[in-house]
Amino acid sequence: MNIDLELYKSIKNSGINLLLSVPCIMLKGLLEIIEVKKEIQHIPVTREEEGVGIAAGAYLGGKVSAILMQNSGLGNSINAIKSLLDVYMIPVIFIMSHRGAAGEKIVAQIPMGQITMDLLKCLTLETYILDSPEKIKNIEIAVNEAKKNKKPVAIILKKTLWRESNEKI
Amino acid sequence: MKRFDALIEIAKLLVNELVVCNLGDPSRELYSIKDRSENFYMMGSMGLTSSIAFGLAISQPKRRVFCIDGDGSILMNLGSLSTIANNNPMNLIVIVIDNSSYGSTGNQKTYTSKKTRLEIIAKGAGFESVTVIDKEDEIIPKLKSLGLGCHFVLIKTMPGRAQVKNIPLDPEKITIRFIKALSK
Repeated sequence: MNIDLELYKSIKNSGINLLLSVPCIMLKGLLEIIEVKKEIQHIPVTREEEGVGIAAGAYLGGKVSAILMQNSGLGNSINAIKSLLDVYMIPVIFIMSHRGAAGEKIVAQIPMGQITMDLLKCLTLETYILDSPEKIKNIEIAVNEAKKNKKPVAIILKKTLWRESNEKI
Repeated sequence: MKRFDALIEIAKLLVNELVVCNLGDPSRELYSIKDRSENFYMMGSMGLTSSIAFGLAISQPKRRVFCIDGDGSILMNLGSLSTIANNNPMNLIVIVIDNSSYGSTGNQKTYTSKKTRLEIIAKGAGFESVTVIDKEDEIIPKLKSLGLGCHFVLIKTMPGRAQVKNIPLDPEKITIRFIKALSK
């Protein structure tokens, strides 16, 4: 099974029609598929918080947006999540790779990796953990919940999702 | 010219345009000059005015979008200028009212009061159309002369705020009425 392709299909089926991204090595394959298919508008951004602003404006204009990023980008987005998305009731889907978890080789990723789940709870972001292929379809559930509740949601991509390619991290 | 004077001129041009306005005094002043459902007033997330306006512009390509930002705010999100210029929406005017100060927090000076030149940053970011305005009576003719395209307009003003009231709208209400106005 090509996990990146399955992720892509679920993102497309969910109705997401604008993707903002800050790259991560774990997202490399997915970003390549997005670029090749050219079915979903994709705009690379310079910083995750910028992506939150673009996604918010696009929602006002009628689009359903997701931000592809590392969990480190959650730290860069906190103020915008609370003082823009929460108070203006704007749904945005955060799809983030979870760096700094068990097996992480880059020391600087570890502290943020350790607090990511607590941070999401503290931010009261409804969170969906994708740690196995059968959970990929939950992207569609997450997007529906976000739209229904007019609130941002988080989708966490765990390294175990890509069982066969763990060595690349 | 102060920001309030510049906003009065800009407001005269607003007919079908969608507006995203920077938080604090700029939004309060615009609200007092010309409130409309098509104005999105920011109340938080400082720095993101141009990003919100860009997101709106790419999702509503048939509507012209005015971003009304400030120097302190755009300096927090300079990467946005690269994103906007490279994606080049044909319906966006990024207006930065540069009073060289953080006007809503007590007029502390920003770096545009020293060496920083936002029009050069905008050019470096990739904007092909960059306009600098420093006279009140040039605002309307210069903005009117801009055709379809992605424009950066710097309006240089003095610091200072007008005595206006707070916006009596909840953020949620701002979102709802904005989306409703778009669906008409």
